[in-house]
Amino acid sequence: MEVNILVGGAAGQGMDTVMNLLGKALVREGYGLIYNKDYMSRVRGGHNFSRLRIGPGTPWSNVETTDILVALNEETFNLHRSCLSPSGRVIFDPEHFELPEDEDRGVPVELRALAKEAGGAIMANTVAVGALLALIGLNIKGVKKLLDETFAGKEGVAEQNVKALTAGFKAAESYCSACFNLPPKAENKKRLFIDGNQVLGMAALASGCRFLSAYPMTPSTGIMNYLAAKSANYQVAVEQAEDEIAAINMALGASFAGVRALTCTSGGGFSLMVEGLSLAGMTETPLVIIVAMRPGPATGLPTRTEQGDLGFVIHAGHGEFPRAVLSATSHEDAFYRLNKAFELADHYQTPVLFLSDQNFADTHRAVDPFDFSRVSYNRHIAGDEEIEKPYNRYRLTGSGISPRIIPGSLEGEIVLVDSDEHDEKGNIIEDAKTRRLMVEKRMRKLNLLTEEMDEPDLYGDPHPELLLIGWGSTYGVLRETVDALTTLGRKTAMLQFTDIWPLPQKRLRNLLPQVGQVFCVENNSTGQLAALIYSETGLKVDGNILKYDGRPFLPHEIVKEVDEYVQG
Amino acid sequence: MFKAKDYMSGETAWCPGCGNFQIREALAEALSELELPPHLVLICSGIGQAAKMPHYIRANGFNGLHGRALPPAVGARIANKKLKVIVESGDGDSYGEGGNHFIHNVRRNPDIAHFIHNNQVYGLTKGQASPTSDQGMKTGVQVSGVTVPALNPLAIALVLGAGFVARCFSGEKEHLKETMKEAINFPGYALVDILQPCVSFNKINTHGWYKKRVYFPEIKDSGDWSAAIDISRQWGDKIPLGIFYKKPRPTFESSLAILDGKPLVSRPFNPVEIAAVQDEYL
Repeated sequence: MEVNILVGGAAGQGMDTVMNLLGKALVREGYGLIYNKDYMSRVRGGHNFSRLRIGPGTPWSNVETTDILVALNEETFNLHRSCLSPSGRVIFDPEHFELPEDEDRGVPVELRALAKEAGGAIMANTVAVGALLALIGLNIKGVKKLLDETFAGKEGVAEQNVKALTAGFKAAESYCSACFNLPPKAENKKRLFIDGNQVLGMAALASGCRFLSAYPMTPSTGIMNYLAAKSANYQVAVEQAEDEIAAINMALGASFAGVRALTCTSGGGFSLMVEGLSLAGMTETPLVIIVAMRPGPATGLPTRTEQGDLGFVIHAGHGEFPRAVLSATSHEDAFYRLNKAFELADHYQTPVLFLSDQNFADTHRAVDPFDFSRVSYNRHIAGDEEIEKPYNRYRLTGSGISPRIIPGSLEGEIVLVDSDEHDEKGNIIEDAKTRRLMVEKRMRKLNLLTEEMDEPDLYGDPHPELLLIGWGSTYGVLRETVDALTTLGRKTAMLQFTDIWPLPQKRLRNLLPQVGQVFCVENNSTGQLAALIYSETGLKVDGNILKYDGRPFLPHEIVKEVDEYVQG
Repeated sequence: MFKAKDYMSGETAWCPGCGNFQIREALAEALSELELPPHLVLICSGIGQAAKMPHYIRANGFNGLHGRALPPAVGARIANKKLKVIVESGDGDSYGEGGNHFIHNVRRNPDIAHFIHNNQVYGLTKGQASPTSDQGMKTGVQVSGVTVPALNPLAIALVLGAGFVARCFSGEKEHLKETMKEAINFPGYALVDILQPCVSFNKINTHGWYKKRVYFPEIKDSGDWSAAIDISRQWGDKIPLGIFYKKPRPTFESSLAILDGKPLVSRPFNPVEIAAVQDEYL
C-alpha cells in the first residue's frame, strides 16, 4: 500500500526541488509521509539522492525498497536498481541514457527537452514532478497551486513551470497511468511539511529567543537560515560570528544583558566553543547550544549523520558545573523540547545542550501544527522588591540559584559576573572557604536539574521480552523496528531517551531487570549511551547494535542484527 | 551626580607603580565627567592584569575569558543598546589571544570603546613577550630575544576602517581622560591603545623610557586617513600620542533594523501571538 520514491542525481540537479514540491502537495492532500536526504559535501557532481515514503499512516522512517526511481543520471539507476521493487518503475530521460535491454520497468520522459519546450531546461525537475504525479494517480492541481504560490510576482515563471509539469504528466501517463495506488490519507486536518532544522528554528522563535550568533557549519546551518529569514518580522537578531569562539561568547554577552540567546553548531565548532561552555557554567549565564552532530573525528563526513558526540557534550568543558543535555527525537517532540531547554537555562542559570544530528536536521515529515499555547516563557528575572540590596549576583541560597536581575534595569544596582572564582558580589577571590561554598552552590543546581529530566519514552509491548534502547533521532526507525518485530510475533518495546543528562534512571531501573534481552541501538561505534547507563546505574545491556558509516539506520538493518543476536 | 571616587571600588591587586592605577583613575574621572550612572555602564574584559578593571570600577561587569572581551560586549550591545559598553583589556588579550575578534569588530563597528592597556609584555604570566613587544626583547621564553616584528594595532585598525584610533600614555593622565571621553562618546568602535609601564616584567619600556619619547604631534585634520596611517607608523625615538583619526561611519547597531525602537531586552513576548509563523509550512 505504501509508495516509496527515490530521486537521485548529481549535486546541483535539484533533487530537493522535486521532493519539496511533491511532498508538500501530498501533505496538503492529507497523505502522511517522510522524506530525507543523502548528499555529498560538494556543490556539483557526485551522487545525491532523496527518499520519500508515503503512508499508510505517517511513516516514521524511510526504507530501502524503492517503488519509483527517478534517475536523473545513469549512475543513479545503476546504484539503486537492486532496491527497485519487481513492480517498480524508473523515470529517466532517454536523451541522457538508455536502460539496459533486460530492464522493462522504464518510463522514458524527455525531461530536458520537455522543459526546454516549456521555457527552459532548468525546469526539468518540474517535468519529473509531473511524471511522478501521473504514476501515483494524483492530478496536477495541488502542485500547480504550489508553483503559483512559489513564483507569485515573477511574470510568466509559474506559467512556464505549469507547462513543464503538464508535459511531464502527459508523457508518463501514456506509459503508466496511476500504476501505483496511494495509501489511504493519514489525516483530514491541515498538517505541516517541515524539516528538523526548521522545527528547531521555529521553536527558538516560539521560546522568545532574541539573539543567535553562530558560524555556519553543516548540518546546523539550516537553523541560522531559518532565524535569519525571520529576523526582521520576529525581532530576533542574527549575527554570523567570526568563529565559533566568538559565537558562544557573543551569545553569552547577549544573555547576560537579559535576552534569550542561542548558538548552534556541529561537533567541530562545538570543540571551539568548549571554553565558552565552561564560562557559562562559571558565570551562571543561561545559554542554549544546539549541537547538530555529524560523523567525526575532525572534519569527518560533513553532510552525514552520527550520534558520536553524546559523551563529548556531557563532559565538555574544564572544571565542574551543572548542565542539562536534551535531544531531538521526533519533530513533534523537538519543538517543545527545545522550549524546555530555554526554560531550564533561564531557571537554573546554566548552559543547556540540545543534541540534533544530520538525520534529524534534514528529514521532512508531515506533522500536526504546533500548539503555541503549550510553549512556556518564564524568564526568572527578579524584580526590585525581590532582591536584597545592594544586589549581589551570586548570593548564596539554599537552592543554589541566585536571584538574577538585568544589568541597567535597576538604578543604583550593578551586575558583575566573573570567570574567576568569585564571591557573592562577583569579585575575584582565592580563599578556600568561599571557593568551597561557590562550588557547592553551583552543583546544588545539578540536583534540581535531575528532577526536571523526563523519563525515556516507552513504546511497544508493556511486558516486553526484547527491549531496544535509543536516544535522539533514532526514535522513528526504532518505532518502525518495534512494529516490525511485533508483527513477527516478538514481544518488543523500545525506550527512547530525550532528556539524557542528568540521566533519568527510574524507568531503566524498573524495566531492565525484567526484560530478557536488551539492546542499545546507536549511530556510533562505541555505544555511548550504553556506557553512560552502565556508569550511572551499573546496569548492562545485552548487546549494542551500532552503525557508524554516516548513514541513518533503516528498520530492516536493526531487525537483522536483533535476529543475529538472538540466534547467537 | 557621581564623583570619580564613586566609581572606584574594590582592592586592587596590581604592583605599586603600575600604569594601571592612572588608567583606572582616568576612567573613573571620564565616567564621572560624562555623568554616566554606574548601572548603565558595562565593562567587559578578558584575562590579564588590565582585565581586572571590572573589579575595580563600580559599573556592570563581564570579566570573561582570555582574549574574548569583545564578543560578549557586542552581544550585550545588541541585547541592550541603552548600555554604554567599554572593553578594558591588555595587549596580549586584545591583540594576541583575541586577535580575530579585534580584526572583525573593527570591521563590524559596534558602538564600543576599546581601551587596551599596552605594556608590551605579558604581566599576569610573568614576563613573556606580547604581540607588541619590541624586537630583541629577551624574556624567560624568548631567551634569544623577540625575533618577529611588533604588531602595530593602530595601523591595523586604520586599514580595517576603524572610525576612531588613538594612542595615549598612562603617564599623561589628563590627555588619557579626555581621549577616553571622546572614545566613549564616539558612535562606533573606538580604539585607544594606552601605553603603560609594567614595573615588574618590562625593564625596557619603563615609565622613563616612554616619558622621554612621547610627544603630541599637531593633527590638522583628524579625518585625513593617509596622515593617520603615517603617524600610526611612527615608533622608536619619538612616539606620537593623540587621536590620530576620527571619522564616524555607520555603526553595526544602525545596520540592524530590528534594533530601532525599544532595546531588545525591554520588548514583551507572548508565544501564542506568533503562532501564525508556522503557516508557511501548511
